[in-house]
Amino acid sequence: MSSTVTRSETEAPAVQNVTLGDDAPRTYRHYHRPWWFRAFMTTEFLIIALLALVWIWANISVDNFSGPLTVRYLLLDIAPLMMIALPMTLIIITGQIDLSVASIMGLSSVVVGIAHVEWGLSLPAAGALAILVGIACGAFNGFFVAYVKLPSLAVTIGTLALFRGLAVGLLGTTALTDFDPDWTSLATASIGESRVPLVVVPVVVLILIFVILLHFTPFGRGLYDIGHNDLTARFSGVNVARSQMITFILSGAVSAFAGIYYTLRFGNSRGDNAMGLELEVIAAVLLGGVLIFGGRGALHGVIAGVLLIGVISSALRLEGVTVNVINIIIGVLLIASVMTPQIVAGLQRWRPKKGKVTP
Amino acid sequence: MKRNTFSARAALTAAGMSAALALASCGGGDNGNGNGGDADGSDLSITFIPKNLGNPYFDTSNSGGEDAVNEFDASFSEVGPQEDTPDGQVQYINTAAQQGEDAIVISGSDPSAPCDALNEAREVGVAVVTFDSDTNSDCRDVFVNQADAQGIAQTQVDLVAEQIGGEGQIAILSASANATNQNHWIELMEEELEANHPDIELVEIAYGDDDDQRSFDQTAALLQTHSDLDAIVSPTTVGIAAAARYISDSAYAGEVLVTGLGTPNQMREYVEDGTVEAFALWNPEDLGYLAAWAAHALATGEIDGEEGDTFEAGRLGEYTVGADGEILLGDPFVFDAENIDEFDF
Repeated sequence: MSSTVTRSETEAPAVQNVTLGDDAPRTYRHYHRPWWFRAFMTTEFLIIALLALVWIWANISVDNFSGPLTVRYLLLDIAPLMMIALPMTLIIITGQIDLSVASIMGLSSVVVGIAHVEWGLSLPAAGALAILVGIACGAFNGFFVAYVKLPSLAVTIGTLALFRGLAVGLLGTTALTDFDPDWTSLATASIGESRVPLVVVPVVVLILIFVILLHFTPFGRGLYDIGHNDLTARFSGVNVARSQMITFILSGAVSAFAGIYYTLRFGNSRGDNAMGLELEVIAAVLLGGVLIFGGRGALHGVIAGVLLIGVISSALRLEGVTVNVINIIIGVLLIASVMTPQIVAGLQRWRPKKGKVTP
Repeated sequence: MKRNTFSARAALTAAGMSAALALASCGGGDNGNGNGGDADGSDLSITFIPKNLGNPYFDTSNSGGEDAVNEFDASFSEVGPQEDTPDGQVQYINTAAQQGEDAIVISGSDPSAPCDALNEAREVGVAVVTFDSDTNSDCRDVFVNQADAQGIAQTQVDLVAEQIGGEGQIAILSASANATNQNHWIELMEEELEANHPDIELVEIAYGDDDDQRSFDQTAALLQTHSDLDAIVSPTTVGIAAAARYISDSAYAGEVLVTGLGTPNQMREYVEDGTVEAFALWNPEDLGYLAAWAAHALATGEIDGEEGDTFEAGRLGEYTVGADGEILLGDPFVFDAENIDEFDF
């Protein structure tokens, strides 16, 4: 539809003087750089390149990194981070934030524990209940952000405490550990003979769903519009409130699912599970090139961001570096990554001086 | 043109994703590092994983472990999470397995959360010793137990009996009314009092819920209700410190003695001002030392962790593995004005 508009514009004589002097008149941006330059000089690809470099460095110079257990542990460790980073990307692209994800994980862990261990429900039923609770938590956040128009920072700081409080309140300081061993071993099982853990399957499915949702649907395009300016988004036909509501519900549901995985992996339902994970998730999303103010970002960058945090932590732990130093390095990377969009934009604007066109 | 950017982004996303995933999935499967069981003591590497780093109790126990490791000339490392969370140790257990350590000596933050990780480590030949706080018995080789219930009860009764001269009134200030450990110890203490100290009367068992303020208030209540009280025994570190603090500032100072289980740093000033003559706890340094020797014995194949296995533990002498893979450190250690300055935890 937009192409028709363009054609009619190009045919209009008034627009003719906007053309850039090539053979054909054009009204869209004249790309000065070849396609490969535009494709690779992005924040996302810088992160992917950095990931590749760190991976190669770790394989060469970190003892035991190339060992058979590394990939398995790496994937098991980052699975919850990866899952929650997906809806978090959507939320941050709309210019909002969800700080309650780790608390929803904790609540989901407690719900699945109580339903399975104390009420004797089967694990799929208990899991479904936990995901329903997660959806309710997300809808609660979404309602206040999308319809009451409160800032998400304030709402989700509140629910960070609220959901965690509920989780700890339901179980107290006790832990439920009597899970069906078939299910707990499934959480750490591998695919066939390989060392790739089974949890990669739901993670990849979720990645595909979110990539399609964000990059290939009108809903996803609308999220970018909301992030740029929600008023103009509304005027261009985006249902802002509904879109925001959906992103928070997705966040609640995925966080609850991550909570179930977490519970089964450690065979342990506790109110304080996954405490503080929200900061790691947000760090990974920003590291992946998503603009904290909304309107910009892509999932391939976020996936690389999550993997980068995982690889760096794993390699540095093998080097015997303490967790404080690892956090410092990730913190520095995070600040650098928040700055890279500007550096990349500068690079993209930069163009070599053209030789003077002789008349 | 919109279609243009759209497909470029799509291609980009797909490329990025496959690159990222390909990166994640390659790299496995090459050289398996096989430095499993070394036959003699040298070249062993032992990793200590406390519940959290920067905790004076574990600093003390791990320094004992390091002493032992130096004695049998192996390499010692200490890693762990900053905070004591149920899952925080898992990554460090995984790392030790990746590094092909010979043994892990761990104080479990949770009985079950680290289990899968520990069992995976055992599968690749890492010996697992728990100390201080056990995990489920099917995910470690041996547990070095600091003290058994009988020893704890016996030591506390002996302490209070000696301090009040074998007769008088005592009260117990416990943790919460349903604290499993404390209730078990109190039961054994009552049996011991009845059997061997008929002149000592246990007048009340109060519960401070392991909360400092509540324990403090309960101490006040005990002293008001029982005017002839000679001593308060508190088998919990929170309770003993609160009781000692109350009494040292009150008119009862010097009249009513406090004893029980406490840590030297908490109790130092009350030992110095005479409110507390002596109290008990295990010696964490010996605990870490014994755990390191147990790890050594397992890694060298000296023991398998079966009941009845015996091994040499340096200056502590010979130990025997008991039922369920437990190795008992011995009776609790008594701290008094003489020795308290040697400890910092």
